[in-house]
Amino acid sequence: MVYSPAAEKYNGEIGEVVLGTDGVKVGGQKVLPFQGFEGEAGNHPIIAIEVLDVEPEGWPEALVEAIGQDVLGDPVAWAKKAQDEWGADAVCLSLVGTDPNAADRSPDEAAETAKAVSDAISMPLIVYGSGNVEKDAEVFQRVGEVLQGANAVIGPVKEDNYKTIAAAAMGFGHVVAGETPIDVNMAKQLNILMTNLGLPADKILVDPSTGALGYGLDYTFSVMERDRLSALLQGDKVLQMPIINNMAKEAWKSKEAKVSAEEEPAWGDAAERGILWEVLTGVALLMGGADVLIIRHPKAADVLHTTIGLLAG
Amino acid sequence: MALTGLDIYKKLPKTNCGDCGLPTCLAFGMKLAAGQAELSACPHVSEEAAAELTEASAPPIRLVTIGAGDSALKVGGELVMYRHEKTYYNPCGIGLVIEDAMADGEVDERIAQTKAASFERIGQTLKADVVAVRSASGDGAKFAALVGKVNDALGLPMVLMAENADVMKAGLEACKGANPLMHGVTGDNCDAMTALAKEHSCPVCVSCADGIVAAADITAKVEAAGIKDIVIEPAWDSPANTLKELIQGRRAALREKFRALGFPFIAFPCKQTDDTYVETALAGAYIVKYAGIVILGSLEAAKALPLVVLRQNVYTDPQQPMQVEEGIYPINSPDADSPVLVTTNFSLTYFTVSGEIEASRVPTWLIVMDAEGLSVLTAWAAGKFVPDRIAKFVNRSGIADKVGHRKLVIPGYVAQISGELDEELPDWEITVGVREAGDIPPYLKQMTA
Ligand code: SF4
Repeated sequence: MVYSPAAEKYNGEIGEVVLGTDGVKVGGQKVLPFQGFEGEAGNHPIIAIEVLDVEPEGWPEALVEAIGQDVLGDPVAWAKKAQDEWGADAVCLSLVGTDPNAADRSPDEAAETAKAVSDAISMPLIVYGSGNVEKDAEVFQRVGEVLQGANAVIGPVKEDNYKTIAAAAMGFGHVVAGETPIDVNMAKQLNILMTNLGLPADKILVDPSTGALGYGLDYTFSVMERDRLSALLQGDKVLQMPIINNMAKEAWKSKEAKVSAEEEPAWGDAAERGILWEVLTGVALLMGGADVLIIRHPKAADVLHTTIGLLAG
Repeated sequence: MALTGLDIYKKLPKTNCGDCGLPTCLAFGMKLAAGQAELSACPHVSEEAAAELTEASAPPIRLVTIGAGDSALKVGGELVMYRHEKTYYNPCGIGLVIEDAMADGEVDERIAQTKAASFERIGQTLKADVVAVRSASGDGAKFAALVGKVNDALGLPMVLMAENADVMKAGLEACKGANPLMHGVTGDNCDAMTALAKEHSCPVCVSCADGIVAAADITAKVEAAGIKDIVIEPAWDSPANTLKELIQGRRAALREKFRALGFPFIAFPCKQTDDTYVETALAGAYIVKYAGIVILGSLEAAKALPLVVLRQNVYTDPQQPMQVEEGIYPINSPDADSPVLVTTNFSLTYFTVSGEIEASRVPTWLIVMDAEGLSVLTAWAAGKFVPDRIAKFVNRSGIADKVGHRKLVIPGYVAQISGELDEELPDWEITVGVREAGDIPPYLKQMTA
């Protein structure tokens, strides 16, 4: 019996989205993830390092050490380090400090931080709000404005605030990350709403909501697979946007990524365990079709870059 | 092409005698078509029909058993390309390689590592469930000694790795009855290995540097020689090629019903990098995409835990939410004054809530109610997490014996039931807690301040 491989029958492709002003592109696949052996594999997925607008609390010791205590309270220095020393492809500024239930920083303060980070780096900037629907809408009107010309990614845009944030994105020339709760149809719906508003498809990334390894990763993974099958095999145009996974917070919230070796001696070295929890969350998302992974640990960035290179061939 | 249950039924005796364990021939035909029964279970089928049906009714990917007894590993038997189409059935084996050229200390260390790679999670034991023993020395006696030692120490299913048939023979003799997977049937040693496999009735692994196109020729030969339990190693020259062949192999077996590739696959990230982080990452990719077994060169707990949890995620039935057991979960050593929180037994809900309570360091009683594995909102909407049921649960849970107070915190998402629950539980004072698990730590701290 002679075997000759049969290719998948494709009926669509993922659009390309330009991030930042330095020619970084994501998407462009005409085949399922990592299946460049049967067609155009498009751009490699990219790794964005997350930096916070306020000093994080309760992060595991090994993570803090790897990032450097000195930059944790300084998003500009943190972002520069991600660019210059860790080989990140992009920076994601998480405006967790704007959360009304946390530091409740004002839109102006957020805008100031975003502008400073943007000016300090040449790579694409992603800005994620706190997830508070009303506050994010206010924040992104200001942040969008001060970042005009940076072609940043702003999000998460949800069904309840897409009008304001997508309008800000259109007005000031940014890309949006549209977030829906692990559901193919809701992702389509939000994309339709945003394109109806006039936002071009090449200004949209799909954020499917991300569960970490052991905490809902299976749901996210399968929704992403279904997204990619719809986009590439069924040719569903409203899902042909690259996917962004805001996974850092989820991965590092996991008990397995956090607890010390003293607390759980049977779980092995805490530093390595944390890195691998983030890496394997990322690997599964990559296989599911991620184009942008937002992560925290410099070593995880390194391992994921190498792995992407090896698997893409 | 695959036959339908009806196609098969037409060729069965149609007597509905029930000897196959099913009430009717049609029911048996359906099972056969779904790959859930073997034709041999019907003693009455004609020889002619049997010949026609065997080819068409065999499952598209053979289920292969490696090892023996309680620890035996079953791999293959998969029916879908994507887990959301149904589910993946047989979790892949994960294991470490041990070589006969290693120093004794290193061998002992690896045996210990394998034993330690075992964790409890959501009521399941997740562990390294296979071990590879490789002849690096080419010396049969050395190999045999190591095989015997590993078999005695671990009792796990083994992959014996030796390309020389004499060395393999020595290994097989050292673990009689252990039913190891014989790795390394190539174009060159095919006849000798097949003979050994028949003699010891062991599964074999076909392994070709040229990948699955060449492997398909060999599996056909091995099968023709009467060996049915086959595993295939895809190309290993690069991870990209391994992944490509894992995907192509699964597709060929399921979509094209290409029999010569209708077997589980094994991948060896240990051959592909010296960087243990990258090795773990590659193993992860192969677990997600179709490997039946992955063999690593390093499996310390910090690597094993994320890998076995990834496997659990991938092989969870997407249609069946994972559940934790109903009951009282004490977190941070609570006492009679500690707060009582109630939630549902959807594993993700439990994990998130218990994780946040733990992080708060506030001693707390979490009582988890059987809501058929649904999350709080879904369970409420489905009528499973409603006042009368919650009341019955609180009463049967025994939490009243653990605490001196009678204050119960319910999830913020079901605030609307608090009034009715008050009536159902007259002794208890119902408090509406937070909606998002992430808000639990400040809530608990404030509550107990
Ligand atoms: S044993 Fe054979 S003949 Fe009897 S019911 Fe089953 S399929 Fe039909």
